[in-house]
Amino acid sequence: MAYSQGFTPHPKISYASAAPTGVASEAEYLEIGLRESVDPAALRAALDAALSPGLDVLDAVVATGGSLVDRIEAAHWRIELPEVDPDVLRAAVAAFTAAGEVFVERMTKQGRRTFDARAAVIDINVIMSDETPSEAVAVPCAILELVVRQVTPAVRPDDVLSGLRVVADLEPPVSPRVTRLAQGMLTAQGAIADPLDAGRDGAVIGGR
Amino acid sequence: MSAPSTTPRSAVANSVWPRLEPLLPQIAKPIQYVGGELGAVVKDWDTAAVRWALMYPDAYEVGLPNQGVQILYEVLNEQPDVLAERTYAVWPDLERLMRTHQVPQFTIDAHRPVRDFDVFGISFATELGYTNLLTAIDLAGIPLLAADRSDADPVVVAGGHAAFNPEPIAAFVDAAVLGDGEEAVLEITTIVREWKAEGSPGGRDELLLRLARTESVYVPRFYDVDYLPDGRIQRVVPNRPDVPFRVHKRTTMDLDAWPYPKKPLVPLAETVHERYAVEIFRGCTRGCRFCQAGMITRPVRERSITTVGQMVREGLEFSGFHEVGLLSLSSADHSEIGDMCSGLAQQYEGTNVSLSLPSTRVDAFNIDLAQELARNGRRTGLTFAPEGGSERIRKVINKMVSKEDLIRTVVTAYTNGWRQVKLYFMCGLPTETDEDVLEIAAMAHEVIRAGRAATGSRDIRCTVSIGGFVPKPHTPFQWAAMARPEVIDNRLRLLKQAVNADRSLGRAIGFRYHDGEPSLIEGLLSRGDRRVSAVIRRVWENGGRFDGWSEHFSYQRWVEAAAEVLPDFGVDLDWYTTRERDELEVLPWDHLDSGLDKDWLWQDWQDALGEYEQDDCRWTPCFDCGVCPAMDTEIQIGPTGRKLLPLTPVNGLRVPSDAKQ
Repeated sequence: MAYSQGFTPHPKISYASAAPTGVASEAEYLEIGLRESVDPAALRAALDAALSPGLDVLDAVVATGGSLVDRIEAAHWRIELPEVDPDVLRAAVAAFTAAGEVFVERMTKQGRRTFDARAAVIDINVIMSDETPSEAVAVPCAILELVVRQVTPAVRPDDVLSGLRVVADLEPPVSPRVTRLAQGMLTAQGAIADPLDAGRDGAVIGGR
Repeated sequence: MSAPSTTPRSAVANSVWPRLEPLLPQIAKPIQYVGGELGAVVKDWDTAAVRWALMYPDAYEVGLPNQGVQILYEVLNEQPDVLAERTYAVWPDLERLMRTHQVPQFTIDAHRPVRDFDVFGISFATELGYTNLLTAIDLAGIPLLAADRSDADPVVVAGGHAAFNPEPIAAFVDAAVLGDGEEAVLEITTIVREWKAEGSPGGRDELLLRLARTESVYVPRFYDVDYLPDGRIQRVVPNRPDVPFRVHKRTTMDLDAWPYPKKPLVPLAETVHERYAVEIFRGCTRGCRFCQAGMITRPVRERSITTVGQMVREGLEFSGFHEVGLLSLSSADHSEIGDMCSGLAQQYEGTNVSLSLPSTRVDAFNIDLAQELARNGRRTGLTFAPEGGSERIRKVINKMVSKEDLIRTVVTAYTNGWRQVKLYFMCGLPTETDEDVLEIAAMAHEVIRAGRAATGSRDIRCTVSIGGFVPKPHTPFQWAAMARPEVIDNRLRLLKQAVNADRSLGRAIGFRYHDGEPSLIEGLLSRGDRRVSAVIRRVWENGGRFDGWSEHFSYQRWVEAAAEVLPDFGVDLDWYTTRERDELEVLPWDHLDSGLDKDWLWQDWQDALGEYEQDDCRWTPCFDCGVCPAMDTEIQIGPTGRKLLPLTPVNGLRVPSDAKQ
C-alpha cells in the first residue's frame, strides 16, 4: 500500500461514489495506490481475506490511466418496499415519470439542499419478481428498479423515494431495503458496463 | 471474468441478525454492531461444549481495544470445544429500539442472544460500568438479581480490577474472579465442561459450589454479611461448610508462556486506540500509595525482550496496524527497556510503524527512550506524572520525584526538540491542603521559565492535567477520607488563578481537570459494600447509563438515589466517601485476598501520614508486603542479555493458503 507524504501519511485509497450507509451493494469500486507491482489476483485474495464476511473483493485490475470516477456514469438500484401495494407504486412511478422536475430536500454536509431528483433518473420501473436481493423473508413487497445518472449533488435512492412522496404521497410503512446492483459506464443502449473492463482488455499485468 | 464465489455469512441458527438488521438504519454508527473484524472468530454452536459471552461494559469504541477481553477471547477460542463471542454496551438509541422490537442483548460475532451462553463474563476496568452491566443483563432477558436466576441463565462472572471489590454488584453477579484471567477462564471452562458432561447435576447451585471450591472464584451468595448497629460491617462469613473463608487472586506467572493477543482484533468502527498493544510486564512495585493497579498486580513479571520482539512482528503482520504500544504500569522500568526500544526502532526504521511508550517516569532516561522511538520521524507525546504538587504530598503518596528532577527532565525534553509536554497530577489526596495544590502552579511556571531559558524560544508549552483522587480497596489509602467535591473544585479554581497570575507564563500552560463530583461517585462504588447495590439499581432504573461519559453521567441522579435508599440502612453517601476508617473496621473486601498483608497496608498508611517513603523491592530488599509468600509467587525480571536481531523485511501480500486460487 502506498502512502501520501507528510507528517501523518495516509494510505492512498479513493472510493468512487460509495453507497450511502444502510444500503446494500453488489457493486462498489475503489482505487488503491501500491508501492510495488503485484499480481492482481493475489491482491484480490489478500484483500478479501482481510475483510469481514459479506464484504467480498471480486476482482482487481491494474489501472490503465484515467480515474475510476470518470468511468462511473450511472448506477443500477433495486428498492424493496415491504407492505407497499405494487399498483400504488406503479401509479406513483407514472406520476414521477410524467413530471419534468421533482424537487426534493436532503441534509448534506453543506446544510439543507433542494435539488431535482427527476432529471438524473434514466429508467424507473416496477418489476415483478419473487427474488429479493436482500434475501429477506418474504412479505408482500413492491420492487422498484432504477438507473440513475451520476450527478452532483448525487441523486440517491432515498431522494427518488422522497420524489415519489412529493408527486404521489407514497409513504412506505417500513424501512425500504435498497441494493445497488451495478454501476459503471452507460452504453448507448442504456446498459451499464463494468468500469473495470477498460483495465481488463489487454492490460499489462504488473505494469503501470 | 472468473468471479470467485462470495463468502457466505454462515447461517447461524440462533442469530438475532434478521431482527437486528432492520433497526440499524435508524441508529448512530451501526457498523459497531456488525462484527466480522479481522481477528474475530465465529464457531459452530452445536459442537462447542462450553460457550462464553465476553463483555466490556462500555461502547464498542472503548471496549474493542480492551486488552483483557481480547486476551481471554483468544485464549478461549484456541480451545477446540470452546466458543467465545464478544458483546459491548449498546447506546441508548439502540437500547430503545431493542426493547420495542424485543431484540435481546447479542454478541457481535454471530449475533447470538447472550442468554443462550453458559458463562457471561464481564471485565470491569472501572466501577463506572456497573449501570451498563444492568442494561446488558436486563436486555439479555436474564433476571437482574442473581438470586432470581434459573438453570436456563448463564453464570454471570465479573473480572477486571474492579472485581477486587465486587460487593456493590454482588446482588447482580453470580461470581467474581480476582486477578489474572488467562488461567482462570480455562479452569472455569473445565469445571463447566465437566458439570455439563455429567448432565448438570444439582443445577446452578452445584455449579457455583464447584467454582467456589477452587478458592479463586468468589461466589457472593455463599457468604453472609452482618452489620453492627452503627452501620459498619461486623463480619463476612461463609453460609455453608464447604466454601473457603477467603478467596484468593489468580497470578499468571511466566508471561512468555502466554504471549497474547497474538491475533489482535482490528476494529471496523473508529475506536479510542488503534494499535497493537503488547504488555511488556505485569505488576509494579514502585509503591505509589494511591495506585490500586500497582498494589493488586504484584509481583513484577517481565515478558522477555525476545518474546516482545516476536509478538510485535507477528501481531503487526497479522493485523496491519501501524502503531505499537509497549504497555505496562511503568514501562521504562523493564530491565531491558533500552535494548527493546533501540532494537524495535532499528527493526522498523524506514517503515510507517510508529512505536510508543506510555511515559510516566520523571527522569532523563525516559527521554532517551522517547528519542529512540522517534527515529521514524514521529514523536509521540511526553507525559510526566509527578502526581502531587508539593514535595510533602509526594512523600505522602510515595512518588519519589523532586522538583529539581522534574524541571531538569522537562527542560531536557524541550532542548531535545519537544515543544510540548504534559504533566499529570492528582487533587484530593489524603492530608492535602490548598498550598500543596497551589505548588503545581509554581512548578509549571518554573518549567516554562527554565524551558525558555534553555531553548531561547518562547515556543514551548506544557499542559497540566489533573485527575480527582479516588481511594481504592487493597491500597494503603483504603482507610482514607475523600475530600468533598466543593473542596476539590475550589482548589482547582485557586490553582487556575495561580497559573494565570503571571500572564506571560500562564499563556504557555494549558489546564485540564475534572470536577470533583464524578470522583465522589466512583469513590462510593469502589469502596462500597452490598448495600450500595440498591443505589446502583435505583440509578439504573432512573435512566443511568454510560456513567464514564460526562455527557451521560448525572451526579444529581446518584445523589438522589443514595438519599432514597441508604438511610434505610442507617448510612449515607458521606459515610462511604468522606469518612475515614479506623484500623479495626472490617472492610467489605477483607475476605478477598490480593496477597497484600492488611497489617502491612496499615503500616504503609501510617508511613504515608508520617511522610515516610517506601523503596521498590526490585532494587532493595523485600519489605514484606505479603504478596509473594501468600500467593507462592516471585519477582520475574531480566535482564536476559538477549538482543533483537534485525528483521528480514517481509514483502508481498499476506494471502491465506485457503484463499489462493
